[in-house]
Amino acid sequence: MGDHAHGPAKGLSRWLFTTNHKDIGTMYLWFSFAMFILGGSFAMIIRAELFQPGMQLVEPGFFNQMTTLHGLVMVFGAIMPSFVGLANWMIPMMIGAPDMALPRMNNWSFWILPPAFLMLASTLFMEGGAPGFGWTFYAPLSTTYAPPSVTFFIFAIHILGLSSIMGSINIIATVMNMRAPGMSYMKMPLFVWTWLITAFLLVAVMPVLAGAVTMMLMDIHFGTSFFSAAGGGDPVLFQHIFWFFGHPEVYIIILPAFGVVSQIIPAFSRKPLFGYDSMVYATAAIAFLSFIVWAHHMYTVGMPIAGELFFMYATMLIAVPTGVKVFNWVTTMWRGSLSFETPMLFCVGFLILFTIGGFTGLMLSIAPADFQYHDSYFVVAHFHYVMVAGAVFSMSAAVYYWLPKWCGRMYNETMGKTHFWISFIGFNITFFPQHFVGLAGMPRRIPDYALQFADFNMMSSIGAFIYGASQILFLYNVVATIVSGKPVSDDKVWDGAEGLEWTVPTPAPYHTFEVPPKIDPAHAHT
Amino acid sequence: MSLQTKRLMRAAPGFAALVMAMSGRLALAADDKMNQLNMPVGVTDVGKSIYDLHMIILWICVVIGALVFGVMFYSIIYHRKSRGAKAASFHESTKVEIAWTVVPFVILIGMAVPATSTLIDIYDFDDAEMDILITGYQWKWKYEYLNEDGENVSFFSNMSTPQSEIYNTQTKNSNYLLEVDEPVVIPVGTKVRFLVTANDVIHSWWVPELAVKKDAIPGFINETWAMANEIGTYRGQCAELCGKDHGFMPVVVEVVSKEDYASWMSEKQAEAEEIKSLMAQNFSMDELMSRGKAVYQRACQACHGASGEGGVGTAIAGSDVATGEIAGHLNIGINGVPGSAMQAFGGQLNDVEMAAVITYQRNAFGNNMGDMVQPIDVFNHKKG
Amino acid sequence: MFRVSRNPAIDTTAKLVVVAVAMFAFVFVIMVPLYNVLCDALGINGKTSGQAYTAVQAGVDESREITIQFVATNNEGMPWEFGPEDRIMKVHPGASNTTIFHARNPLPKAMVAQAIPSVSPSRAAEYFHKTECFCFNQQPLDGETSAEMPLQFIIDRDLPRDIRTITLSYTLFDVTAMAGDAVAAR
Repeated sequence: MGDHAHGPAKGLSRWLFTTNHKDIGTMYLWFSFAMFILGGSFAMIIRAELFQPGMQLVEPGFFNQMTTLHGLVMVFGAIMPSFVGLANWMIPMMIGAPDMALPRMNNWSFWILPPAFLMLASTLFMEGGAPGFGWTFYAPLSTTYAPPSVTFFIFAIHILGLSSIMGSINIIATVMNMRAPGMSYMKMPLFVWTWLITAFLLVAVMPVLAGAVTMMLMDIHFGTSFFSAAGGGDPVLFQHIFWFFGHPEVYIIILPAFGVVSQIIPAFSRKPLFGYDSMVYATAAIAFLSFIVWAHHMYTVGMPIAGELFFMYATMLIAVPTGVKVFNWVTTMWRGSLSFETPMLFCVGFLILFTIGGFTGLMLSIAPADFQYHDSYFVVAHFHYVMVAGAVFSMSAAVYYWLPKWCGRMYNETMGKTHFWISFIGFNITFFPQHFVGLAGMPRRIPDYALQFADFNMMSSIGAFIYGASQILFLYNVVATIVSGKPVSDDKVWDGAEGLEWTVPTPAPYHTFEVPPKIDPAHAHT
Repeated sequence: MSLQTKRLMRAAPGFAALVMAMSGRLALAADDKMNQLNMPVGVTDVGKSIYDLHMIILWICVVIGALVFGVMFYSIIYHRKSRGAKAASFHESTKVEIAWTVVPFVILIGMAVPATSTLIDIYDFDDAEMDILITGYQWKWKYEYLNEDGENVSFFSNMSTPQSEIYNTQTKNSNYLLEVDEPVVIPVGTKVRFLVTANDVIHSWWVPELAVKKDAIPGFINETWAMANEIGTYRGQCAELCGKDHGFMPVVVEVVSKEDYASWMSEKQAEAEEIKSLMAQNFSMDELMSRGKAVYQRACQACHGASGEGGVGTAIAGSDVATGEIAGHLNIGINGVPGSAMQAFGGQLNDVEMAAVITYQRNAFGNNMGDMVQPIDVFNHKKG
Repeated sequence: MFRVSRNPAIDTTAKLVVVAVAMFAFVFVIMVPLYNVLCDALGINGKTSGQAYTAVQAGVDESREITIQFVATNNEGMPWEFGPEDRIMKVHPGASNTTIFHARNPLPKAMVAQAIPSVSPSRAAEYFHKTECFCFNQQPLDGETSAEMPLQFIIDRDLPRDIRTITLSYTLFDVTAMAGDAVAAR
């Protein structure tokens, strides 16, 4: 334990062998940003090909590989690890713990990620190309008809699933056992709450994904027929298993984002979060409902009407707790004393765009209408409104919000605001027109399209290039802050911010809360 | 890589022209489908009720959105710190929180009622007057008329947009990517049951104007139906990612009057009879070559190249198969090469077409074998 | 509460590992069998029973006639010629009916096929009883030979009166490679 008094080790071994939650959090954040850029470049290739009708840049097969890898890299490489990184940095500091409960496992759960993605990316250079069956990899396209690289894809999914499970076990163990005395569950910051629930979701459903890919592996190499009608299996079974994982997965992505927003909006409203208790209950309700709605992704697969109705009603119900959350955030702002620094701008952007995504989600839940929406660009627009404007916007907000605490330097506010506005405008130019082409009948995952969709697709591509370019500004701003930002020394960087992380010195020392802090019993949930 | 660079360069002037033409094209959009913003109302009763449902929910969302964003923007404008706003300290209100849990719940029930009744309508498959089996193939559709009078009527429907339009060497026509060599024909005002299945991977048969989308699953059949109220041509596409050419397997449905349908059907029957009689005929080399060329362009060219130079598929010019024994060549044409992209065409081409295209492959592209395959040879080969 | 370790973090971890492993097992031992049960019960994908029907019907319902359509599809890569003797049959519920499907293996090698049945409308699946079917077993066929494959079935007298047409589809798969292995994954 003698080491603890010292700062970090020097050189590469610091990063390779570190068990420090801040180091690991930093690595997760940088890794996820690298994956964000990689997945983003795949998206740029997609949008460049779709810039105008006709095939110009890539072949249809390669286009499918791009849509597949874009989805996989963004979901598993960018969004999920970024929130794990944030959890690593912030959860111990928010609950007054010296570190994560299982620091060595923490190191492992990060370091198995880069090899997994290296393997996934390397499939691009293999015989037969990378997987081109979509990030949802429906059988039999992903089994009988898959390129040989599918085996590496399966292995990569196994590893990153293992990483997620280890990461979430660590988070649960930390939150359940390492809270400072007096930090009861209902006093935890909402970010910790949403992550706790997310971690339980992960432990429950990542093994299901592992099961699905294991069955694929067995079908491909060991002669079983889980997903092939020929041997008594059923390709539709794959979809049920996948979406039993996949629907909780989308809440895994969005719940930590809810947590971030619930920290930041009160800070810049200078007013406590409205309805803390109902926020916690709504989060739990969303998590519970996520297990009984999966087949709303499969309305057109030919379910009996009773199944369609059940999944439709259950899915519509999700609108209730989600609505509660949105109303609570808006009411938190109501009669506050608002200011709009970059983190708050991103949160307001989140609130507007996520709500729009929620509305289209409600529309998609209506089974008869979904017969028209399903697998069209309307769906693409919907999930980018909740994934990008939900997860990515809130992640940007989080970085701007906590960056000064992490590195003791202030980012450039003008550049931050510029990043927000370019992102916000670029995002909407990209994805709003996709609602139109989807409704008009453009299927998703096609490399070329009919002429009537041309103008909106061109608009969409231009928006995507703008949105993509704005992320370079983000990177520059963050690097410039770390290297030469204006030093800040207040413990409490933002005047409205509440919570234990703002009681430690700025920049946060390598080790914090080695002596548990005292929690003021009157001081509720901040 | 160099190929792609070339493509990029070829695309550049096209892009400039396109940008210049863009405003003009917007104005010229005589076709009301151009830049369509909303879901088509469709030409079926179900389609209309889906459209109504869609609009009701859209408007409910717009109203709720306006309220929520209205409150939010009021705060953003009037409760700013820079305007001297002092923060209140309230942070809960059980009454309000219960209200905004219950009210949305009630609204949802209001949405669920019409949704349920529309869904029940959609699931009413009874009393269809005719049945069509739709089979999805990588990457085309096959239609089979199942009723008594539809015996022998079964055909493939391939995208007919030429490669030259897709690869930008020719101007794209107005039905670009949404045109097929043979559309499926149904009579107006008739309840048609569609049975949907697939031959290889999962596809999805979608025609927005008929408000029909159903997944085609290999090994199993799904059912759906439509009753079109208006005569016309309705176009759709495969909606489920099914591999490389997922974007190139359109659906075209011709809705015609009942009389036209009857005469179309008897034409198809006559055609089937004619093919039967052709089967027994001997063709001259010229006839085989001209028929074979047409079949080649339709069925082979995408993979084997316009002059047999190969591509996704192997080269045909000078190939061992096309310059080897006829039996081996026929075998590959009819049964395909298992485990490769070469499909079994025995069920997709009739014996006349097969005979013609095999002859063509053996005598075009400099192969000059000089031998001929007659339909009867194909028939005998199949029978063994 | 049961404790695995005195170290609370290790205790939590051990329990969560058990949960994760249980969820992995859940996919194989619960989800797959449960899905198959639900398919049989609800006729999902028009699946019919894989076993011969042995019960006796109470008699023939002469009051109505059901149109049965037979559809044969070859899955990709299956070169057999395969089709029904009768495309359409009119039958009475409760009566036993027989028809045959023709199959021919055009290749010079022995092959094994498996036919997968699917009934539309799917809610008719539970009323479509097969007393004998070539789909119950894998069907081997020597190279360049033909076979007649029999199907005997009864439509249940309880078939809802609004169902007047039933389509029975068979998709023929080439299972030569996996023949010998028992029908897997069930």
